Amino acid sequence: MGAPILQVRGLTTRFRTDRGELTAVDDASFDVDRGETVAIVGESGSGKSVTALSILRLIPSPPGRIAAGEVIFEGRNLLELDNASIRDIRGNKIAMIFQEPMSSLNPSLSVGIQVAEPIHEHRRTPWAAALEKATELISRVRIPDAQSRLASFPHQYSGGMRQRIMIAMSLGCAPSLIIADEPTTALDVTVQAQILDLLKQITKETGTALMLITHDLGVVARYADRVIVMYGGRIVETAPARELYKSPRHPYTVGLLTSVPRLDGDTGQRLIPIDGQPPDLARLPPGCAFAPRCRAAIERCHHERPKLEPVSPTHQKACFVDANLVQ
Amino acid sequence: MKTYVARRLLALVPTLFFASLIVFVTVRLIPGDVIDLMLSQNDVSASKLTRDQLVAALGLDRPMWEQYGRWMGGILFRGDFGQSLWQSVPVSELLLARMPVTLELGLLALIVALIVAIPIGVYSAIRQDTTGDYIARSFSILMLAVPSFWTGTMVMVFPSIWWGWSPEVRFVPFTENPIQNLKQMILPAIILGTALSAVSMRLTRTMMLEVLRQDYIRTAWAKGLSERLVVARHALRNALIPVVTLIGVQAPLLIGGAVIMEQIFVIPGMGLLLLDAVYQRDYPIITGVFLVVGVAIMLLNLVIDLSYGLLDPRVRYR
Repeated sequence: MGAPILQVRGLTTRFRTDRGELTAVDDASFDVDRGETVAIVGESGSGKSVTALSILRLIPSPPGRIAAGEVIFEGRNLLELDNASIRDIRGNKIAMIFQEPMSSLNPSLSVGIQVAEPIHEHRRTPWAAALEKATELISRVRIPDAQSRLASFPHQYSGGMRQRIMIAMSLGCAPSLIIADEPTTALDVTVQAQILDLLKQITKETGTALMLITHDLGVVARYADRVIVMYGGRIVETAPARELYKSPRHPYTVGLLTSVPRLDGDTGQRLIPIDGQPPDLARLPPGCAFAPRCRAAIERCHHERPKLEPVSPTHQKACFVDANLVQ
Repeated sequence: MKTYVARRLLALVPTLFFASLIVFVTVRLIPGDVIDLMLSQNDVSASKLTRDQLVAALGLDRPMWEQYGRWMGGILFRGDFGQSLWQSVPVSELLLARMPVTLELGLLALIVALIVAIPIGVYSAIRQDTTGDYIARSFSILMLAVPSFWTGTMVMVFPSIWWGWSPEVRFVPFTENPIQNLKQMILPAIILGTALSAVSMRLTRTMMLEVLRQDYIRTAWAKGLSERLVVARHALRNALIPVVTLIGVQAPLLIGGAVIMEQIFVIPGMGLLLLDAVYQRDYPIITGVFLVVGVAIMLLNLVIDLSYGLLDPRVRYR
């Protein structure tokens, strides 16, 4: 498979708030391989979106700041690039798709301009040619009659169509990585699958790596090659998707899996909710962030922070408890 | 769009009717009487005529409603705004001569206001809480606090004391000598414009800050655009819509300011015409000026409403 396309090492992002500085992402390390689909899963506030935004340095600053870490892409640390060089990566080598298609497109610019813009800016393609390429991309995301739609505006589209436009926009410069931050959360259930299928198919055709941020385990099972589970700003488990489903090793992952209904599960099987509330990032316990809610927690979990350690060559977890007990 | 414009123009009719009534009546309620003024001056006509004859000659003996009817009828059917009571010149002639001057001053002041307000407002927003932002905001508070008639008077008085230089006061029409004309107009336009710019600057700043927090601005950054493009192409247009509205709201202020500037800088526009007419109780001129200004402000606001369509594609005129 060769060297990973993206290596994140010890990424730590902090936000200043009224209650002091909180750590939204704490020492996160992971790789994304070429052409691979990696899902980052977690509840809201788990740090998954902040991780995604930190990679392209899109954290609003202030109040946010990337406190530590490295993001290695094509041999360069993105966190150390000057402004012009990071701009050259954004939308060109790494593209991003956002959660809210309703508000993520500019209401006063035509769809054609918005899709053609990255091509024009990064490739120095004249507008006419860039718009032609945009037409191609718009039909590629299966919006019929692309030519005549160039001059239309986002408010004339439904949420699903807008997200297709966002996808078309991200493809303009043939990026080697697309980061999709909860791309379907704001959409109707029926549209969600269409959008994800499209995204999956296009990234497969072009060999683009996809980083899929989601809280939806159903999405993960169907689309991801590998899964990173985050809790309280920390990575708690990472494994190939199939393996994670078959033998989750972290109590939180187990909790996530048993709290979601499964189509292939026994009918009448009870769902087991995770007790308690998501953690308050400003008041994380000294030990494992999940310990207060964990059914398997031992004394040590409350004082000492578990490190991410390998269970197998492809599977890592951050938990002191014996894996068998967890299951 | 066409039907929208037609409907808006039609809606002007009742508005103007009520405006004209109010203007016509209130002007006649100003204390002091034109007849007394005329008789008190050793005017030739006054010395020969008795008071009653003078009143009758000016048509002021008629009931108010009849005077109004004649006046309105004249405007509607003959474009006749009546005669000046003092100069026996048609008011329409005076208006036509003075209107372009005030229009020019207002337009120049508006351009100055926008040139000052928009760039500084944008700068202030994208460099929020920096020294530059504080300077810009203090400047705008200063502009708000200092009345333009004071600035105008200072500009008129002090340079002549210090350097023996004073602004041009001999009026030359733009069509005759544009440079000479602008030399006189530019100072009052700058004073009026900067005074007006204060509010627009604050609004531009506020709206830019608001827009820069939007999701689509994050999208623009994620596309790898430069700050210049993010601001100019993606943010500014969306931020300007309320600023344009504000310009419509400020139009009466602009005209009020022009009246004062014309007085200070001796510019023969409608403001000076109006002021002289008020001193002399020259009713037809006062009503004529008010009516023309009213129509101008209403038309300006119509144009502004139409310009939303250019700025925001979501706007549809029905």
